[in-house]
Parts: sequence; structure tokens; C-alpha cells
Amino acid sequence: MSSPSLDLRASKSGGETGFRGLALAAGAFVLVILGAIAIVTTSKAWPTFRLMGLDFFTTKRWSATDRIYGATAFIFGTIVSSLIALILAVPVSIGIALFTTQIVPAKFRKPVIYAVDLLAVIPSVVFGLWGINVLAPKMDGFYKLMNRTFHGIPVLNKLFGPSAGGKSFFTAGIILALMITPIISSLSREIVDTCPPGEREGALALGATQWEMIRGVVIPHSKGGLVGAIMLGLGRAMGETIAATLVIGSSPQITANLFGAGNSMPAFIASQWGEADTSTKSALIALAVTLFLITLVVNIVATRTVARSQLRSAGGR
Amino acid sequence: MILTKRSVPVIGIVALALVAGACSSSKKTTTAATTAVTTAAGATTAKPAVTTAAAAVTTAKPADTTAAPTATTAKAGAAMGPLKAATLNASGATFPKAFYEAAIADFTKVNKDVKINYGGGGSGKGRTDLADQITDWAGSDGTVKDADKATFKGGEFLYFPTVVAPITVSYNAEGVDKLNLTPTVIAKIFQAEITKWNDPAIAADNTGVKLPDAAIVVVHRSDGSGTTDNFTKFLDASVGSKGDGTWKLKSGSTVEWPTATTAAEGNGGVAKAIKDTKGAIGYVDLSDAKATGLKFASIQNQAKAFIAPTLEGASAAAEGAEVKPDLTYFAGWAKGDKAYPIAAQTWIIVYKKQTDKAKGEATKAFINYVLTDGQKTAKDIDFAPLPKALADKAIAQLAMIEIPA
Repeated sequence: MSSPSLDLRASKSGGETGFRGLALAAGAFVLVILGAIAIVTTSKAWPTFRLMGLDFFTTKRWSATDRIYGATAFIFGTIVSSLIALILAVPVSIGIALFTTQIVPAKFRKPVIYAVDLLAVIPSVVFGLWGINVLAPKMDGFYKLMNRTFHGIPVLNKLFGPSAGGKSFFTAGIILALMITPIISSLSREIVDTCPPGEREGALALGATQWEMIRGVVIPHSKGGLVGAIMLGLGRAMGETIAATLVIGSSPQITANLFGAGNSMPAFIASQWGEADTSTKSALIALAVTLFLITLVVNIVATRTVARSQLRSAGGR
Repeated sequence: MILTKRSVPVIGIVALALVAGACSSSKKTTTAATTAVTTAAGATTAKPAVTTAAAAVTTAKPADTTAAPTATTAKAGAAMGPLKAATLNASGATFPKAFYEAAIADFTKVNKDVKINYGGGGSGKGRTDLADQITDWAGSDGTVKDADKATFKGGEFLYFPTVVAPITVSYNAEGVDKLNLTPTVIAKIFQAEITKWNDPAIAADNTGVKLPDAAIVVVHRSDGSGTTDNFTKFLDASVGSKGDGTWKLKSGSTVEWPTATTAAEGNGGVAKAIKDTKGAIGYVDLSDAKATGLKFASIQNQAKAFIAPTLEGASAAAEGAEVKPDLTYFAGWAKGDKAYPIAAQTWIIVYKKQTDKAKGEATKAFINYVLTDGQKTAKDIDFAPLPKALADKAIAQLAMIEIPA
């Protein structure tokens, strides 16, 4: 009678080690791939870093014909379009999260969540084509109106400058905002959901209105997690390629004019890669390494913030 | 190769005597099964005539002997009989893609065991893929830079020019149906130095045309492109570093356009942007410009004549161009009274030493088809055929492809 129990134990421990091995391999695999990407791209980008030195990050000019490669205009374009996206997407996303968790009756919750998450399923090229064919021409008129309205007002007349055809930092920002809204809202929803019901009910019992309850209990509780969710959205916006390529205007310039054409790192890499010669390819890879580093930092900060806030809310229970 | 059905005479007769004209017209008349024993290609006047066993039994009308008196040699290289099953993968230039696709469709209709995939992706991609031996041949609008030659893992390679096409300077200016532009004016417009349609510099060459008092919107490519390369090469050759220096942006698949210009993706994107924007001007290949219904300017050539972009103009440009021994040339800013000055050329690049017999033979036969019968279908899809002399040189060069036994 002892042998079956032995068998059982043997198979159990066999499964255990098998699972451990598999998990370890999967985990290690990710790290190996990440490392391999970092090594290969950096080595391919090396000729450019050697040619340009640190000037690569501070030079505005990019000239394949003169072999001068500067990333500043593209870093600028990436950051500006992503920030516009965040400014537009964050209030909406957090609004959606609060709406679905706090306000919508339970039976309508699922369909609303489903509809928002569906946005994430749309391929980015569809957003891009919609942006170039529908949004950009429509926005051109709006940009021109804004330009006329704020004409002569300091600062604002610089921000809302002339528009040419509607392809601009701002149009790219709108498209990116649409793309990151489902990510930020679904992450925020989960974070807001971790808010202990006891605290919420306590606040309501003390006579707080729903808004006071959200402001006084839910938001402070999930602050860290929300920041993390926003950062993950930012990472996504910065890495978006095809949609940005189509609507940003493809003109590497550093300007305060939000309605002017710009260019972002991934968009530029994608559009130039096909026809680039060897040294320009190296420079494009250097641009990719730069983007990789920036998104890596954003993502590390994001996951840390989320982890810390989860730890705090777990400890609070 | 033993071929059946209609387009048979094609390769058969070519190898026999290169009687091109008769072949294509025979297409319609040949209904009976035609057998052609042929040696795929390779006709040269330089080498002594070695007419191999090449016989074409055809019901086609008598050969037009004036068509090709040069080709008397059919060099034995390809095997007798039909092409063996082979799949050729290729990538590269998007500019001749429509032409290659049509040629592939016609070629594989006859050679049913051969499959050819042309992936496009840009000239640069075509060259890199061939260098890495991912593909069997590359389509490219530009030549391989000396520095990149070492990256070609398969060793020496050959250029086969295939077609030529004009690049138009298309515009959208109200009330202007006819426009003459000199290279100097084009350079100044694209450098945002001339910003109004009624600028005296434009008016000087357009007496009688009422130019609008509107701003010029320059549209260029946002993606790296062989079209940009050829357009800027034309400006550089005519009024740039090789001319009086008016054009300062040099040449390349992307140049540093002034920020006061706008960009669009692909030839189609530029065409659409011109169509949609009042006062726009941009460079677009002829087929996209026609398909979009754009108006395009006549450009002053070396002989000081204003020439409209036509296929004949592009062929004339290729005729006037200086062709190097490796068959590379630049079709833009060519000599000749009728030459349209902004013409783009394109090549098929293959390795000299083929490693696979079936693939090598299929490649050779396909290029031969492109250079012979394919030339006749080119016009239907807005590509200009090569001038006869250049096509013959290319056909002769086919003999240099080495195929393992």
C-alpha cells in the first residue's frame, strides 16, 4: 500500500520541479531576449555613437547626406506628442475607471468595460488611417480657428501657431490618446477596485456625497497605482509607430507650435529604414536605442510605483 | 525549354534570332501548340556567333527581320526543356513593382512551375536582403555604394536595367493648366525660396498663363525613397553641386527639406496631398500622378526645351544617358532634344555566381523575359521601355550569369 503513495509523491515532486524549470526558463528567456536586444542594437549603433559622441543627443540636425545625426528633434517630437496624449487621455481614462467602478449599476458594468477595452483591439494602422483621412483635415480648420483666435496673445500665439494640412504634434497626440485610453482606464479600474469597501462605506455613512467619497477615500488610496498606470500609458504612447508616422507630419523640427509638423523617434525609424544606407541605418538604430532607454526608464518607474502602491494598499488592510 | 500555348514564341524566337517584333504580334495569332527549343537568353555581338540548337516551330507570322539584327548568338547556358520547379523570392524598389508584378504574372503563366514573389519594401531593403542572401534577386532604383559592396555575401553581382519612368512635377494651382518650369525655378520652389505662384521667376517662362496670387505648398516624401533620390539627383546634376549651386540640399533618399514644407507617405500619399491642397506642388511618379488626375509641368531639359513627362521622353532620357560598363546609369538630366529631364531608372540585381541550378535558370529566363517581351507590356502600365541599345546590352550581359551544372 505504500507504493501508490510513493508514486504520488514522486509524480508530485516531478511536476513541481518541471513547473519550476519551465517558469525559470520562461523568466530567464525574457531576460535573455531583453539582453540580446540591448547588446545587438547597441553594438550596431556603436559607429554612430562613436561618430557623434554625446552630440547625438544634443544635435538638432539630421542629415543623411552630410553624415550628421542628431536625435534632439525626434526626442522632442516623441515627448511632446506623448505628453499631449497624456493630457487628453488621463482625465478621460480615470473618469472611465471611476465611472465603471463607483457609479455604473452592476449590471451595466460589464458592457461598458467591454466597450472601452474594445478600443485596445483596434490595430494602430486603423487609427493612423482614420487620423490622416478624417481627423487631420477636420482638425486643420479647428487649428486655423485657434490660430486666429489667439493671434497676438503672448505665449498662446506661439503654442497655437499656423497649421498646414492638419498633420501635427497635436493630431498625433489625439490619436495616441485614443490608443492609450483603454490601457490607462483598465489598469486604473483595477487599482480603484482595490479600495477597501469598508472605507468607502464608512465615508458614505459619515454623510459624504459620492464625489466627496471618491475624492477623500478612493483617489488618495489609489494615487500611486494611478501614476503607475499613467506611466505605462506613456510608455505605450512613446513607442507607437505607424499611427504616429501617418499623422505627425514628418518634419523634424523643434517648435512651440503644437499645430506644426514634427516627427517622433519610432515614426522616423519606420519611415527611413527601407532606403537607409549602412551608416544611416546605424544612426537609426542609435535612435532606437535611445527610445529603448527612455521607455525602459518610464516602465521601470511605472511598475515600481504600481508595486509600491499595491504593497501599501495590501498593508492597509 | 519546351513551352506550350500562346506566349511561347517569346523566348524561343528571341533566343533564335531576337526577332522581337514578330513575337508579340504572334501572341494573338498563335493558337496551335508551339514548341520552342531555346537557350534562355544571352545575345551578344561581341562574341563569335555560336548558334546552338535552337529551333522554333511557330505558326506566327513571318519574322520581322528588321527588328533585331544584332542578336545572332544564342549562348548555350540554360538547359533545354522547360524550367524546373523553382520559387524565386525578391524584394526591393516599389517604383517598378507594378511592372514586375505584371511581368511575373505573364512569365509564370507560361512557366507554370516557376513561382516568383516580389515583396517590394524599398530599394534599400532589396539591396540588404540580397546582400544577406535572403532573396534571389533585388529590385533597386539606386546602385550599391562602394562601402556596402563587401556586405554582399554572394560575391559579385550584376545590374540589369529594366524600365525607365518619368517623375512628374505635379501641381494644384487654380487656373493653371499648363506650366513650364526650369530646374532653377524648381530648386528655388523646393527650397522655399520662391513661395508665391505669381513669382516673377515662374512667370518668366509662362507668358500668357495667369498665375494665381497664392502661396506655394511644397509636398515631399516623408519616407526614404528612390523617387526622392532621383528627383534630388536631377536637381543636383542640373543646378546643384554639378551646376551653378542653386540647389543646396544635395541628393539622397531623404534630404533636409525646409520646415516650411509638408510631407506625405509614398507616391500615392504625395499625389493625394497635392490633389487635396490648393497651391500644392510635389514630385510624383507618372502613373500615380495620372491615376490621381493631377496636372504636371513641362520641364526644361539640357537642350533648353520644355518637355512634358511622357514615356517617350523617359526612353529618350535613357538613350541620352551615359551608361557605364556595368550597365549603371542615371537617366535624369540626360542629353537629347526630346529627353525628359527627371527620369528614374531601375535595375534588377542578381549574383553573378548562382548557387542553385533551377533557381539560376529561372532567374535568367525571367530577366530575359523582362528585357524582351516584358518591355512591350511596360507601356500599358505607364513604364517606359529601355532604349533598344541598352536592352541589348542587358540581354548580352545575361551570359555572364554563372549557373552550376
